[in-house]
Amino acid sequence: MSAPLAREHLAAAPDRLLTLADPLPPCTADELLDLYERMALMRRVEELAAKAYTQRRVLGFCHLYIGQESVATGAAAATSGDYWLAAYREHGHALAKGVPARAIIAELFGRATGASHGQGGSMHIFDRNVDFMGGYGIVGGHVPLANGIAWAARARGEDRVCVCFFGDGAANQGAFFEALCLAELYKLPVVFICENNGYAMGTPLSRQSAVTDMSLRARGVGMTREQLLGWDVEHVRQRVAAARQHALSGQGPVLIEVITYRYRGHSMSDPAKYRPEGELEDVRERHDPLMLTAHRLQETHGLDAARLEEVHARVDAAAQYAWDYAEESPLPDPARLYDYVYAPQQTSLAADTDLSGAGTEPKQEA
Amino acid sequence: MARLQIREALRRALREEMLREPAVFLMGEEVAHYNGAYKVSQGLLDEFGPERVIDTPISEGGFAGLGIGAAMAGMRPVIEFMTWNFSLVAFDQVINTASKVYQMSGGQYRVPIVFRGPNGVAENLGSQHSTSVDSIYAHFPGLKVVTYADAEDACGLLKSAIRDDNPVCFLESELTYGVKGEVPDAEYLIPLGKARIRRPGTHLSLVTWGKQVATALAAAEALASQGIQAEVVDLRSLRPLDQDTLFSSISRTGRCVIIHEGYVFAGMGAEIAARIQEVCFDWLEAPVLRVASRDVNQPYASNLEKLVVPTWQRVVQAALRTMGRPVPPESELGA
Repeated sequence: MSAPLAREHLAAAPDRLLTLADPLPPCTADELLDLYERMALMRRVEELAAKAYTQRRVLGFCHLYIGQESVATGAAAATSGDYWLAAYREHGHALAKGVPARAIIAELFGRATGASHGQGGSMHIFDRNVDFMGGYGIVGGHVPLANGIAWAARARGEDRVCVCFFGDGAANQGAFFEALCLAELYKLPVVFICENNGYAMGTPLSRQSAVTDMSLRARGVGMTREQLLGWDVEHVRQRVAAARQHALSGQGPVLIEVITYRYRGHSMSDPAKYRPEGELEDVRERHDPLMLTAHRLQETHGLDAARLEEVHARVDAAAQYAWDYAEESPLPDPARLYDYVYAPQQTSLAADTDLSGAGTEPKQEA
Repeated sequence: MARLQIREALRRALREEMLREPAVFLMGEEVAHYNGAYKVSQGLLDEFGPERVIDTPISEGGFAGLGIGAAMAGMRPVIEFMTWNFSLVAFDQVINTASKVYQMSGGQYRVPIVFRGPNGVAENLGSQHSTSVDSIYAHFPGLKVVTYADAEDACGLLKSAIRDDNPVCFLESELTYGVKGEVPDAEYLIPLGKARIRRPGTHLSLVTWGKQVATALAAAEALASQGIQAEVVDLRSLRPLDQDTLFSSISRTGRCVIIHEGYVFAGMGAEIAARIQEVCFDWLEAPVLRVASRDVNQPYASNLEKLVVPTWQRVVQAALRTMGRPVPPESELGA
């Protein structure tokens, strides 16, 4: 048997675009206002993180999500009950998934009450209560984990996907490519979300990759893909919901590339001088997710401006509460330094295996 | 008691644990339809099906990461590396993720996973297929590193590794998969972190693990003919390290030679020797010596390859040196 020619492969591997229609009804005014409030809190928490960083209350690296709020917020509105993985710019994702703001700020402050008990810091926020499975600092290194989480969910018969966020920089890593290959091969229920904010640290997309449509990375492995503009939180919500539906249908995972923009530098120590003059201002004026949502609330839904002011007051109070909570929280106990090296053994080490196989149901393909 | 090849003992451990716990699955290159590159997993696909015995593409980083994610989400994966040399492609996954997730999540996510496969020198496989990774993985808190010297330990230790609630690097050997040994018929587990005295002795301690246990036993036999009783300590696991058994042996003998297949420079022997002198200094009659792979990348030619790895003759020479006896050249020690 001879190997098929390249052109036959091309014919057999058509570009699989995500064709499912928007599966959710449009947001009501109240739903959209709720999304707005979530985005506003996200931005406020990040502004506080920036302030705390300059006061040396937050140490190490600190990557802010300001400008990208619509991505995590829209995705959460479609996948709130699913498993989530994110990279190191993940304060916003954690908040969107339901990690309390106080646990995020406390983690940034290195306190015992932090989401990861002061063991993780800005880049390693975890919260098992809401299936927020981290917070990873090696660019692209967490992407393969999504396949395993989805594998476990499917093996248990759960109707859940793993949503995995990463940036355009990560889409150049080997781990990312391997993860895509395996996910499609095993038809795993994963929604890969590439947040393309235009820069991998200080390197613009055009100098990182010869192909700047990052969703095209899916094509070579036969994966379904979609590229979308990310500043409309409702649009993100709909398309992630469609991707989730596709991934759960057994037709395989989806790679979504979301075009977005970060207002701050790569991290707090980056003044972002590599950006062309006026670029940030232009995005802010035309594509700011909060501004667009506020505009829609007022113009389409006839929302009173006073309602937005109420939201801002609530958000300010909630963020301040989180800050105060963190500041009053104790530092991690030095006596527990060695408690996090190995998990205490809970699984039985007794020789008690039923070798008949009765009582277990190894999954066999019919 | 049954006489099993080591590969059969490992297979028995995998099979028993898969029967016991539906969350256990085996994943790696050629583990399913090919029945394993070294036939460790022979027959498991037929018995457990393709959802639990899973072939992968050649993507060590990808499938190691898949295993870690599955472990975090409640499964108990066994990830086979066709050799540990290939694990270096997945090094980021094992080190930056598997070893750190429990810690950096503040104890919220466990990673009960076994990475296993053959380690160290086989025969004439050249530089890139001959590395011993023992000290590399033992360096990191959060990982356990386990190996075995016979079929009985292979089965009992692998079962404990699969049930361990932390990531375990389980080091095997191409050269010994076919070596037979007695294995108890009833189910048994051997705890991780417990060394085994392979041969009692009073004059010096030969400390080793894995397939170098055979080298140490051969040296002990040769030393016995000269009236020197060497105690052979098989560490079995490098992390956790059974310091009690180690220090107890040294305190009785006062002399120690460490034998391992990894490179001598910054190898596992350096760590063990440092710990011995910190704790057992007052008992030591002589410096702790190391017999390890020489500080060169593994050559292909048989005559050169044999020069690099530890031999029982080199162990005898080191033992005699610690005893203050004359040291004959290797050629006079016999084959």
